[in-house]
Amino acid sequence: MGTDAAVLRLENLGKRFGNDRPPLFAGVDLELRPGEYLAVMGESGVGKSTLLNLLAGLDSPDSGRVLLEGVDLASLDDDGVTLLRRRAVGFVFQAFHLLPYLTVEQNVALPLDLLGVAQPERGLRTLEMLDAVGMAGLARRFARELSGGEVQRVAIARALVHRPRLLLADEPTGNLDPRSAAQTLQLLRAQVKRNAGAGLLITHSRAAAETADRILVLDAASLKPMAPAG
Amino acid sequence: MRDFGGALAIWRRLLLAQLRESPARVLITVLAIALGVALGAAVYFVNGAALNEFGLASKRLVGEADLVVRAPREGFAEALFVDLARNPEVAAASPVLEFEVAVPGHRDTLTLLGVDPFRAAGVQSALLGEIAGNVRDWFEPAGIFLSSSAADQLQLRRGGRLAIVVGNTPKALRVLGILSQSAYPQPLGLMDIASAQWLFGQTGRLNRIDLRLKPGTSVESFRRALQQQLPPGALAVAPEVERDRAVTATRAYRVNLNMLAMVALWTGAFLVFSTQSLSVLRRRSSLALLRALGVTRSQLRWALVGEGAALGALGSVLGVAVALLLADALLRVLSGDLGNGQLHASVASLRAPPLAAVAFFLIGTGVAAVGAWLPARAAARQSPARALKGGGGDYVAAARTSSFLGIALLAAGALLALLPPIGGLPAFGYAAIAALLFGAVLLVPALTVRLLHLAPRNVGVVLNTAIAQLRDNVGLSTLSLASIIVSFSLMVAMAIMVYSFRESFDHWLGKLLPADLQLREPFGNDTASWSPEVQARLAAVGGVARIEFRRTRQIYLDPARPPVTLIARDSKSASLSDDLPLVRSAAGPLPHSELVWISEALEDLYGYRSGATLELPLRGSRLPYTVAGVWRDYARPAGAIVISRPEYAAASGDREANEASVWLGDAASPTAVEAALRAVIADGGAVEIMTSGAVRERSLQIFDRAFAITYALEAIAVLIGLTGVSLAAGSTALARRAEFGVLRHIGMLRGQIVGMLAREGLLLGAFGVVYGLILGAALSLVLVYVVNRQSFNWSIDLAVPYRQLLLLSLALLVAAAVTAVWSGRAATSQDAVRAVREDW
Repeated sequence: MGTDAAVLRLENLGKRFGNDRPPLFAGVDLELRPGEYLAVMGESGVGKSTLLNLLAGLDSPDSGRVLLEGVDLASLDDDGVTLLRRRAVGFVFQAFHLLPYLTVEQNVALPLDLLGVAQPERGLRTLEMLDAVGMAGLARRFARELSGGEVQRVAIARALVHRPRLLLADEPTGNLDPRSAAQTLQLLRAQVKRNAGAGLLITHSRAAAETADRILVLDAASLKPMAPAG
Repeated sequence: MRDFGGALAIWRRLLLAQLRESPARVLITVLAIALGVALGAAVYFVNGAALNEFGLASKRLVGEADLVVRAPREGFAEALFVDLARNPEVAAASPVLEFEVAVPGHRDTLTLLGVDPFRAAGVQSALLGEIAGNVRDWFEPAGIFLSSSAADQLQLRRGGRLAIVVGNTPKALRVLGILSQSAYPQPLGLMDIASAQWLFGQTGRLNRIDLRLKPGTSVESFRRALQQQLPPGALAVAPEVERDRAVTATRAYRVNLNMLAMVALWTGAFLVFSTQSLSVLRRRSSLALLRALGVTRSQLRWALVGEGAALGALGSVLGVAVALLLADALLRVLSGDLGNGQLHASVASLRAPPLAAVAFFLIGTGVAAVGAWLPARAAARQSPARALKGGGGDYVAAARTSSFLGIALLAAGALLALLPPIGGLPAFGYAAIAALLFGAVLLVPALTVRLLHLAPRNVGVVLNTAIAQLRDNVGLSTLSLASIIVSFSLMVAMAIMVYSFRESFDHWLGKLLPADLQLREPFGNDTASWSPEVQARLAAVGGVARIEFRRTRQIYLDPARPPVTLIARDSKSASLSDDLPLVRSAAGPLPHSELVWISEALEDLYGYRSGATLELPLRGSRLPYTVAGVWRDYARPAGAIVISRPEYAAASGDREANEASVWLGDAASPTAVEAALRAVIADGGAVEIMTSGAVRERSLQIFDRAFAITYALEAIAVLIGLTGVSLAAGSTALARRAEFGVLRHIGMLRGQIVGMLAREGLLLGAFGVVYGLILGAALSLVLVYVVNRQSFNWSIDLAVPYRQLLLLSLALLVAAAVTAVWSGRAATSQDAVRAVREDW
């Protein structure tokens, strides 16, 4: 691990798909410190998904560096990046992506399983996390038996159960009704702050973005601070 | 009608979409059906061509005869011919003396017919035309006309000399002419009947009379009346019954081969079933959407059945085309007998039978449609609302329903196995196998559910996830398993049956070949034999410590069945029981003489039992003998009777021998003794003399060759089954791309995902192997004790090839795991990782 205090640092990041197309990013710099919760907004096709892939080490930049916990992802092989991601990153997807053949409890415990956390600690932390998102009562249910809002709560629990330093959330409320969406956003923010990690929320919704500490807009290949409303 | 039109439109769209999206999967399914159809049709075409050729050849031998009076070698007095020729209901009668003669230097015997050309013209009008230019030559005392195939085989031309052996005396015949190929396609020789009677020492005797009856005469009534007047051992039969005998004799073998070829087709149907089921699962939401948009249940069902049928039709067209090519090649290589060696049709040529080709096309298409029916029904029945929401199928309920049907089918299978054959064929045996197989497959979902519930819960994240996936998708697991269980269990059953047969055969050979050397005149010959003087000289050959002679000949017990082999052995009655591989002995006290031992075929085909009385037609009389026991005989499927030679000689006056077993002295060299024995016999070159070891080795080689084709067909069925597993694994991996992507996102390594898939493959494979072994063992019992016994009328002892089964199981396990891992490559690719992003 590096000595950098930032959870995530992007340095001069550049990426393009095809030489005949304009770059998605060019010279992007960003720093995310512990406890910081950032929202990135942008229109469809500007590269929000690609940005997430780069941050998680699922794709590699054409230029610049991604440093997660001070470690340059380019210096690791695929397994090294995966192991770092396993420990330091939590994901929340728009389509929830719970494993349908596992119960709520098993889904949430999966990251702990992968990290080799033994019982009874694994069970305790799983229940504690489910309790925190209000789903402890449905621990033995399968994902297909839950409503959309409930599934997303479980997905948040799974993303945070191993106390990652970085939470990446992609349109986490895109499939939810307004009431569930508001609850989910509150929950995300509260959990990021509680774990003292950093969070990065990608969203189209201004209302969702406003639950974050600061908002950046991805536009014309760079990240810019959001212009004040009105 | 509107419903049908709608179904057709949806069918077209769905099919085109399938072709566009998964061309490789569609292609493999089509090829699997094509392979099944090709094998089934090729075996059928080859057998059909051989039978057709055999039937034509047999028909030419008897011409337009309505009835044939036939007796074994020694025949009957020619006064019978005079009586029949005078019969007012007989339009034409042709006397014949027919023998199989040994030709020195050639293994196969030559059929030789002595006929009166003017009499024969009444039933074989073509014959006079054939010899028209050589009528005077015909009556030359030692002359013969050869069919063109006989001339080719013996490499003789007009004017050449044909050496034959009568008794132990060599004779030479001059070839007077070669008959055209169209006259007689099989190898045979024709000569004047008076010359033949003189040549074979049968003056005043015949062994066949061909009869053409006057128009309006009832052939069957005449035959029945005539049979009453014939001397013992002579039979009146319709020519078609004679033709059918040979056909019947090989029918069980042919039907078994056809059944085996059909296994490949049924495994192909399972492949259609599993691919269609997976494809329906994959398109669950889009099919539900179609329902939501107004497509009716029956429209959707028929569209999906039509999808399977279309793949079947494509595969069937390809399969029939390949079958024609394959059959043509097989006919060239194997001369039509497909390895059983009983039905030689030397010039069999393939004539594409359009009806059979259409039938195989329809079978292939129908089987594929049947395979698509269940998934189509499931898709039509599913609730659109639930499917649109992404809900899974209620596999546990489905498993419960299918297990009831499965148990019922297993019970039906067990009952069917107890039923007797129909027309000499184990129809209920095959039905039992089908019922057991389908019943067992239907039990798979319920058993999988139970077994997976017993699986340990905390065995590491990778295995935990694999088990949870299998548990939740028991329907998918069953689909993957079905085709492999079907083909593997049949492979196991066949392996056990063939191994049991081989072991029993080997043991039987050991029992029948205790001596050092075996001598015999070529099998089936009627003329070459060894007189008592020659037998004495053979016994006196230096190095021969002991020699036992046998006299084998054919006798007819039933006009509708092939002749039975009568074997007169040198031993006394008392010791014959010890020399034979007995399976049953008569209970209670037996007389000291007039005993016979029958092979199992006589028990099954004629209903004789130990202790019963059997009448043998010997020397013009029917003599009663007591059945002292039943022995196992793998050489003569039509049946064989063993009798003591001294008793046979006393009853028949026949003191000749044509086979012998020789025990060598301590220092004797087999080669030297063989040469000395050959020198004593007139046709020494034609006599087969082999060491018992060589006979055993050759017999086992023939056995293995006969079963090579069955192994090949089975291996193909297993390959199709494995393809099914591979397709299922591929489809499943594709359907689970998003899931693998999520696992990669939350930190599962590529190796762990591959390991998870390998474990899933291994778990499924292990279940398939264990289940296939148990089911295969049960099926082997039906094959050994029902199908084999009822097809061939001989028993075999059960023996299990543990080593072979272990290797087969390991190969299947490895194949299942490799297949799963191979399918998982796509799952761990970058594309799969991004699959979760589809909605980002």
